[in-house]
Amino acid sequence: MTKLVEISGLNIRFTGERTVYAVNDLSLSLGDGEVLGLLGESGSGKSVTLRALMRLLPKKRTQITGKVNVMGRDVLAMNEEQLSSFRGQTVSMIFQEPALALDPVYTIGAQIAESVVRHEGKSYAEGRARALEMLDVVRIPSAKRRLDAYPHEMSGGMRQRAMIALALACRPKILLADEPTTALDATVQIQILLLLRELQREFGMSVIFVTHDIGVAIEICDRVAVMYAGQIVEQGTLRDIVRSPVHPYAKGLLASTVHGAKRGQRLETIPGTPPSLGERPHNCSFAPRCAAAQPRCLEQLPGNVDVGPGRAARCVLAEPVTALS
Amino acid sequence: MSETNLSVAMLEPIEDLGGVAQPLLQVNGLTKHFPVRGGLFAAKRTVRAVDNVSFSVAKGETVGIVGESGCGKSTTARLLMHLMPRDTGDIIYDGMSVGQSLSLRELRRGMQMVFQDSYASLNPRLTIEESIAFGPKVHGMADGAARALARELLGKVGLVPANFANRYPHEISGGQRQRVNIARALALSPRLVILDEAVSALDKSVEAQVLNLLADLKREFGLTYLFISHDLNVVRYISDRVLVMYLGEVVELGPVDQVWDQPAHPYTRALLAAMPSSDPDRRTETPPITGDPPNPIDPPSGCRFHTRCPFAEPLCANATPKLTALDRMGHEAACYMAIPGSGHSRAPKEETV
Repeated sequence: MTKLVEISGLNIRFTGERTVYAVNDLSLSLGDGEVLGLLGESGSGKSVTLRALMRLLPKKRTQITGKVNVMGRDVLAMNEEQLSSFRGQTVSMIFQEPALALDPVYTIGAQIAESVVRHEGKSYAEGRARALEMLDVVRIPSAKRRLDAYPHEMSGGMRQRAMIALALACRPKILLADEPTTALDATVQIQILLLLRELQREFGMSVIFVTHDIGVAIEICDRVAVMYAGQIVEQGTLRDIVRSPVHPYAKGLLASTVHGAKRGQRLETIPGTPPSLGERPHNCSFAPRCAAAQPRCLEQLPGNVDVGPGRAARCVLAEPVTALS
Repeated sequence: MSETNLSVAMLEPIEDLGGVAQPLLQVNGLTKHFPVRGGLFAAKRTVRAVDNVSFSVAKGETVGIVGESGCGKSTTARLLMHLMPRDTGDIIYDGMSVGQSLSLRELRRGMQMVFQDSYASLNPRLTIEESIAFGPKVHGMADGAARALARELLGKVGLVPANFANRYPHEISGGQRQRVNIARALALSPRLVILDEAVSALDKSVEAQVLNLLADLKREFGLTYLFISHDLNVVRYISDRVLVMYLGEVVELGPVDQVWDQPAHPYTRALLAAMPSSDPDRRTETPPITGDPPNPIDPPSGCRFHTRCPFAEPLCANATPKLTALDRMGHEAACYMAIPGSGHSRAPKEETV
């Protein structure tokens, strides 16, 4: 499988009143036609990583080091002009809140047409035609009429479909999805998830899907990277992660789901709260909350250990497993 | 409830009058409509936020309310707390109706609420201790006693008083703030606590901690919960009975296991089927229903679900089906398919009653 996205040693630091080490030494790759889930709780750095891939972070206050390669091109070295042709055509993004991401003063049709005109150099009429086609693709009923609708005239699920149509209008190779179903109602969420799954196959796109909800990841991802405190603590195929997590945080996260728990029975929890990210991690960030922590967890940062094919965990516990096999 | 092992004095809870058999809360025909201004020539329209909702909550029970956004679950909670006036309907707290035998002030002691947004519901200018002590002081407790109670309650919700009492809401995490809100709700010794999406904004690992805490507090203080959430897994875990709401109406209610295992209303079935799978090998293949919930402004006529229901027949659009008992366990549904002899082709025959 060729790698569309290769990130290695990515560090993202926000400066200003206080410094936040949002992402630390993160490496991941995305294969052709693959759906990768970034799973983690708020503040774990999953959205920041996604935004860095499209260089959407505020320039003045962000320091990014490391390598971000998308289809052989160095994203961190691009200038503004290169970036704007890169966005939309190669990589495109959908957001959690379509009401905020869409422009309120233009119709859906005009917004999609504009992106086609801008990125593909087509005429506005051709752009409109593509817009109509895209609204059909995302299964918006009576698409022709909806072309002239403003975002506020649509329901939440419909707006999310319109945003997906906009993101896919220029046939991007890679789609970045930042919690696109979190703000939706349950019955709408499942519709959008199934639509995305279908479109991913139809368009042959690769997708990076950020979510905090394991159930959502199960519905859509092939591979999952679990994030904690700005690092990927474990990655592997969805099945492996769900069935046999190695890292204690991944284990705890899966065990603390309410799903299937009996009433009256206590839920398994991860004690404590995530660290503040005020300094660069020099040991395992999860150690203070970890039941299996050892003295050496506090001494140094555990390395990324390969646990199996395409599977790695950043934990000292993962080490003996490889020694045995 | 008097045997709580607090070392400090609490406010005396509202006396248990009716005994165990009397429901702690009885709601009859609760209705709230909001008028919306249309255009200059447009007809006046109304949001039927809560329409003729009736249910009861027994002492010591946890009742869950589930539904999508706009179904009226939060409005119901606010009406119960008397945070907004209701149009019609009765709210009876332990046999006493509010405004007559029970004053609003007393009601607030007997019923407290925890909101979804843990930050917005705390005064940013008060320390955590002051926030928790505020209620008891309003109800006549001396400052020193109220502060001692606040510290004691902080300990009960798992926050070390020495570390947290003098901090401000912005200095602590969301999970910790929600614990503070729970402590504040308990400060007036309520018997009923309404939890309106109280764990929805929390991360999963923190959510589990708070759910465990709620279970502990319920046991220790002998509480009754009304638990409102859109998360079906959480509702199943915590509730004894559940109400399913759709566009301002209760469409199904009953013991949580009955409703989950034998959902009678097609909306309940769709809601349950819409939960993401937990097994990578058994993903959801087709969406249970299509479309978005309709706008609660001028909702559909008859059964409000008929516009999205795969089994809708002409009679469904004509008149609203009434909640009908399905068994003797208190499982009820408002669907013509569950009403014998209703005329719906899938309804059971009349004589099976």
